[in-house]
Amino acid sequence: MDDLLREFLTECSENLAVLDQELVKLERNPNDPKMLGNIFRLVHTVKGTCGFLGLPRLERTAHAAENVLGKLRDGELEVTPHAVTLILETLDCIKSLLAALEANGVEPEGSDDDLKARLNAFAEGKGAIAAPAPTTVAVSAPTPVPIAPSTPVATAVTTSTPVAASAPAPTGTAPVAAIQVAPSLVMAEPEFAAVEAPSVDPAPTTSPPATVVPAAPAASAAPAAEQKDSAIAAQSIRVSVDVLENLMTMVSELVLTRNQLLQTLRSQKDSEFATPLQRLNHVTSELQEGVMKTRMQPIGSAWAKLPRVVRDLGHELGKRIELVMLGADTELDRQVLELIKDPLMHMVRNSADHGLEVPTERKAAGKPESGHITLNAFHEGGHIIIEIRDDGRGLPIGKIKEKAVTNGWATEAELASMSDQQIAQFIFKAGLSTASKVTNVSGRGVGMDVVKTNIEKIGGTIELKSVPGKGSTFVIKIPLTLAIVSALIVECAGERFAIPQISVLELVRAADGSEHTIERVKGSAFLRLRDRLLPLVNLKSLLQLGDDTISTKEAFIVVTQVGANTFGIMVDRVFDTEEIVVKPVAPILRDIPIFSGNTILGDGSVIMILDPNGIAIRAGERSDDSSTATQEAQVTRKDDRISLLIFRAGDQTQKAVPLALVARLEEIDAKSIELSNGRPVVQYRGKLMPLIPVDGMQQVATEGRQPILVFADNHHSMGLMVDEIMDIVEERMKLELKSERAGLMGSAIISGKSTEIIDAQHYLTMAFQDWFGVSNGSEFGDSEVAQKRILLVDDSPFFRNLLGPLLMVAGYEVTTAESGDQALGFCEAGMDFDLIVSDIEMPGMSGFDFAEAVRAHARWSATPIVALTAHTSPKELERGRAVGFVDYIAKTDRDGLLGSLSQTLSNVTRAA
Amino acid sequence: MSTNGTPSGSQTLGAQTDAHASSDFVTMMVADQLFGIPVLSVQDVLGPQRITRIPLAPPEVAGALNLRGRIVTAIDVRRRLSLPARETNVSSMSIVVDKAGELYSLAVDNVGEVLSLPGEAYERTPPTLDAQWREVAAGIYRLDGRLMVVLDVARLLDIRRAEAA
Repeated sequence: MDDLLREFLTECSENLAVLDQELVKLERNPNDPKMLGNIFRLVHTVKGTCGFLGLPRLERTAHAAENVLGKLRDGELEVTPHAVTLILETLDCIKSLLAALEANGVEPEGSDDDLKARLNAFAEGKGAIAAPAPTTVAVSAPTPVPIAPSTPVATAVTTSTPVAASAPAPTGTAPVAAIQVAPSLVMAEPEFAAVEAPSVDPAPTTSPPATVVPAAPAASAAPAAEQKDSAIAAQSIRVSVDVLENLMTMVSELVLTRNQLLQTLRSQKDSEFATPLQRLNHVTSELQEGVMKTRMQPIGSAWAKLPRVVRDLGHELGKRIELVMLGADTELDRQVLELIKDPLMHMVRNSADHGLEVPTERKAAGKPESGHITLNAFHEGGHIIIEIRDDGRGLPIGKIKEKAVTNGWATEAELASMSDQQIAQFIFKAGLSTASKVTNVSGRGVGMDVVKTNIEKIGGTIELKSVPGKGSTFVIKIPLTLAIVSALIVECAGERFAIPQISVLELVRAADGSEHTIERVKGSAFLRLRDRLLPLVNLKSLLQLGDDTISTKEAFIVVTQVGANTFGIMVDRVFDTEEIVVKPVAPILRDIPIFSGNTILGDGSVIMILDPNGIAIRAGERSDDSSTATQEAQVTRKDDRISLLIFRAGDQTQKAVPLALVARLEEIDAKSIELSNGRPVVQYRGKLMPLIPVDGMQQVATEGRQPILVFADNHHSMGLMVDEIMDIVEERMKLELKSERAGLMGSAIISGKSTEIIDAQHYLTMAFQDWFGVSNGSEFGDSEVAQKRILLVDDSPFFRNLLGPLLMVAGYEVTTAESGDQALGFCEAGMDFDLIVSDIEMPGMSGFDFAEAVRAHARWSATPIVALTAHTSPKELERGRAVGFVDYIAKTDRDGLLGSLSQTLSNVTRAA
Repeated sequence: MSTNGTPSGSQTLGAQTDAHASSDFVTMMVADQLFGIPVLSVQDVLGPQRITRIPLAPPEVAGALNLRGRIVTAIDVRRRLSLPARETNVSSMSIVVDKAGELYSLAVDNVGEVLSLPGEAYERTPPTLDAQWREVAAGIYRLDGRLMVVLDVARLLDIRRAEAA
């Protein structure tokens, strides 16, 4: 095929794609003259080019369409859905002709008399002619080539044939022509990547290279538009994908070589190479970025076909569907774009077919008659997130359960113990389709598993949420770049491996006696990490490089997240982060899910790149009951146990304070303690921090080191001076003797010794009132949270004393109640609060009952309530939500509580 | 010694039928057996290399190595042919071949000369040969006092995981 023809085919495909979108838009705004003008001009251009290139059949068909469009533009004919359908059908016909042209180099035999007759009849105003005879765009021998599964774009073909088959239903013949639509579009696109300026203006494509001179048709367009065309066209040029790929490979090699050079440089102290190498380093990084950008395309181009598809689906299924596309200019790598095009199409069609209800059903359910499908794409932390949301009926959990049992994936008993969310995951299994009949659109049950596989192949994840009656949301998360990534180099059993930096949430060093310890439950290892139990994967045993024993002496844990699961990978050593060029593994090794590639490090050695996704899968297969173990462990763990900081101050008795209140432990040089107003202060992080002794008897150190416990909020810090910080333990808190002394809550038995639990609230009040001379709440905290009143309801005095100061320090005005009854008493007394925080497990009136009572009471019914609890099973959450709790926080989760409060309160102010 | 495939005559194995034509082979020893690979299939000959182990790979895959910036998958030919493992102090050489754009290195005991062998000396693979060898052999040449087994590189590299289990 010669270049001229190739160019023509590419351009025409683009024009036709744009025409699809424009026509769908036109249907909604039938009287937009500008749009009509645009469309007319596009078809006119197609016709002109066809004529110039000596393609009579195409020219004649395009001409008939142009006729109709001309009349529409001039207002002689009305834009009705029928008119649009007719034009769309013509476009499909043209597409199929183009496909045949591409496959064979010549136009197929035959003519489209029937179609033309209908177009002309319509132009004459004779209106619709129903059920036309089969168009003569027969599937002649050469044309099946595009559909043959052996085409390289096989996957695209199989999933897009249903698309094509759903072309305008009234004309039963269209499917024949339309089947060739998808392959031609799909095949034409990979040939050229248009490196274009972001604005997709239909007009620019009409100014092609000098060889094709459709000057005649172009000239007939408004001169102003033409000038605009050439201005925009000048900003972009067409580049072959191969050229870009080559460029990309070269840059990758350059990056590798640069790494090697830097590595060598590191081992040399002074070298005259240092400066030029730094320059080279910067330049290479920029070059890398620049080349990566050339591969970035806006996701809108993957969405281009969707409006037409959704429109056709709507007609076929008798539903009204609105497609909203947000973030269409979010950019992502071209390779990735190609791979997600089909999954997206599939999911949108699922939403339209299964998710959305017919208008009558929707009306009955109180929803607007038009169903909405919303696509939302945005960048977040090195990934591109794509949401596909519909406001339909949600996933049919009951039907999924049935299918699960029928296909033997789970027993009834197992299903009963699963949450709806977990049951919904079954749709990703091959063979599941809850559609009662198989239509052209969907229902064959081979969709979602392929979607999931395709997405995971590029290192992405897919999650779904579904609310019965309200709709479903799919969230796809894909890493942004494929070729050059930052990776953390780790060592395990003497071998080094790379883990993509993007997957690494944090690194934890776990050793006996340190803050983080590795524990075992039922043979699986876990790490305590900030009040959570993190399941651990023993990389050594997963890779079969050693034995299963987990040394608790010292291990490094790489905390990583896959989808919704966070877990830790145990390794022996951690080196640094390097930029590596990802090379695919040899075909023999492709089916090992743990490796996502291999690379050459700066020192020339080859190492494998680990795939957290694959590790999660492998680890999950090996220890299936670890997840339940985690849940159980988490629940029992949260009960009663609290982290306490043990210290000595003033005398030899052991004292303790809840660790959650302490921001930092510091040791300051006694010489830096100054006096202000007769009180000790120290300059800390740029501010003056008051220092309070625990005990009046305490000696303030004048030399050496003074250990202090720092309590802080966003703006203010206070240092509690102690004699010695002894330990941090986790114990069940049982306050035995209450104390009358200010500053002391009481005593408890901690680590076998009688320990005095100090009242943090007392000291904080002392520090801030004295130093800032104003009452609680107005000086500190953000101005937004100042003076927000919180009612804290908890039967445990210990927790009231723990959380009270916490909230106070954060800037809230806190009132406490020791039971639901007392709290309701406040309500009767006329007190008002901005937010209520309540414990669940209380004697007498439980938190649930309290919440119900609050909701029922007129005065407080609008006050948001947040629940505090030790139990977070899904059933509890459900109940809590049903009863009116806005949020559920673990009792010991300080950050979670503060975060939830500020969010809830800001929601309230926004709503107000 | 490094030979790169030179674009000499189009003599492929298929041309063996011509009794007077001769073909060039790179010869190598594996466990006292002489093997040959058509010279045009050989990209490189390497001395002992630093090989990175690849966990969970089939046992025939010794690991991966870096050859001038390209990652080459190292195959343990002894393992592949179910021969006893090499004694550790015996150094090995490797022959680098290309299959479908990927590079593989075949670890052999040592590499010999390039021989130009006449078509007359060629024999079809005897059916009595061990089944596994029969699969990877493309024939045998009769030399003075010994036999050289011609290796079919494509089939040699066709390592199925099931086989490894």
